[in-house]
Amino acid sequence: MTASSAFSYPTTRRRLLGQASALGALSLVAPAWAEELANLGLPGGPSERPLTKAFPQKGEMILQRTRAPLLESPFEVFDKGVFTPNDQLFVRWHWAVIPTEIKVDTYRIAVRGHVKNELSLSLADLMSLPRVELAAVNQCSGNSRGFFEPRVAGGEWGNGAMGNAKWLGVRLKDVLDKAGVKDGAQCVRFGGLDEPMVEGAPKFTKSIAIDHARDGEVMLAFGMNGEQLPLLNGFPIRLIVPGWYSTYWVKMLNNIEVLDGPDDQFWTAKAYMIPDTPGANMKPGEKDVKMVPINRMVPRSFVTNFRGGERLRAGAPTPLRGIAFGGDAGVKAVEVSTDGGATWTQAKLGTDEGKYSFRQWSTQIEPAAGNLTVMVRCTNMNGLTQPATPNWNPSGFMRNVIETTHLPVA
Amino acid sequence: MATLVRTFAFAIIAAFAVGSARATEVPPPFALKSISVELPTSDRTFPYGPGVAVMDANCLICHSAGMVLNQPALSKTAWDGIVHKMVKVYKAPIEEADIATIVDYLTATKGAK
Ligand code: HEC
Repeated sequence: MTASSAFSYPTTRRRLLGQASALGALSLVAPAWAEELANLGLPGGPSERPLTKAFPQKGEMILQRTRAPLLESPFEVFDKGVFTPNDQLFVRWHWAVIPTEIKVDTYRIAVRGHVKNELSLSLADLMSLPRVELAAVNQCSGNSRGFFEPRVAGGEWGNGAMGNAKWLGVRLKDVLDKAGVKDGAQCVRFGGLDEPMVEGAPKFTKSIAIDHARDGEVMLAFGMNGEQLPLLNGFPIRLIVPGWYSTYWVKMLNNIEVLDGPDDQFWTAKAYMIPDTPGANMKPGEKDVKMVPINRMVPRSFVTNFRGGERLRAGAPTPLRGIAFGGDAGVKAVEVSTDGGATWTQAKLGTDEGKYSFRQWSTQIEPAAGNLTVMVRCTNMNGLTQPATPNWNPSGFMRNVIETTHLPVA
Repeated sequence: MATLVRTFAFAIIAAFAVGSARATEVPPPFALKSISVELPTSDRTFPYGPGVAVMDANCLICHSAGMVLNQPALSKTAWDGIVHKMVKVYKAPIEEADIATIVDYLTATKGAK
């Protein structure tokens, strides 16, 4: 990241269209021709995105794309606590044919394929199974793609295509046991109510291995932070695959298909592929790299109470805090460096909400005048630490480099 | 709805039956409500330039303009690859003759310098 891009992160500013800016300044309500913008600070740009409240059941979000909706959480959200409010958790759909009306009494989930009894479960059937609640981070495979250098095509997210919630639901294992998986099952494929725009295009489906599907952790959630899910986050039922990227967390789930062979459909077999290398890292232009489907998440951590470029007072005791998550394992440690990574100090960890959850960290510094550089790194319970140099791959997946925040001190 | 209500009643009785020690294993009833929403639309079109009509006709079918306009500057080869991917993989109904116009437009407006 260049110094210039790292230094200027105005969170939002008001863009006044037309000439009536004086009038706009007097008006308390944002007029129709004024648009709040978020600046994501992406190298080379474009970095500005409108902020929007136009989406149902969603509060203020960064508008990446209207149709099919791609909405990013404003980063300030992550300083408020480890659970992301439902109305500000990111939204990501591949195809724009999304039902806008869901009736709970007629909704059915099919369980079919390589099973003894095919099922058509109502929501009442599903909710009569034993319940589980689990805190887990939901993160897009391409979260932070916009920071890749060289830049790559795709959803040009900043760091807000992630969120953490308490998911309430039932175990996928219990649902599969109800249908009775036949011997020789290899994987389970999931589909939702969303459909492609044109005929013959690949419907969005994803699959996971049968043992993973039956591990007792993968669940079908109907509750999110104590409420039903917003439609755009997958109401009424969303698959939760703790520790794995969001691409597997199929929304508006209505089809569970047990396969006795590998899944050869596009979104699992051809899309969402990463280099089979540590950290999903390769060189631009590198040939003959073995590619595999994206899978487990890796650790990340962020400063949340200061944005790059914010001014600190020299010598003043200054609290620093943020969030961390371990990916597919809990957070073992979060360390902070203010000397460019030469020395690291352990931060204090907040309440443990479970191994798949965000965890808050905090520490205190007394910065000297000059340009302060704050680096934060997370090590997970498997001993995996965030890398000092960014990874690169052609789809912009799995970014988890140590984040650096530049803060002028005077 | 009737079946849902029965399920919740069952959950409440179960919660009382097992007593407070195991209360956490039977969470409070959870009611789902049917919903009907409206999704906003986008009338954003592509900025003026040679080929803009072909862009508007072909690149707004499946996703709104933001998908394209938020992309970084990319090489002509990269844009060519993206447009062909839209046709081959996502079945974009684009005339072969229009592909060059689209790639030229994208290279001119969002090309790597
Ligand atoms: C038939 C539907 C369809 C049409 C028409 C279409 N796209 Fe796409 N496009 C998609 C899908 C599906 C994706 C990937 C899903 C997503 O990212 O949400 C995508 C993704 C993209 C991306 C992100 C990069 C990537 O590979 O995922 C770009 C850039 C893009 N499209 C540009 C275009 C341009 C330019 C046109 C006009 C030539 C176009 N699209 C027309 C369906 C379409």
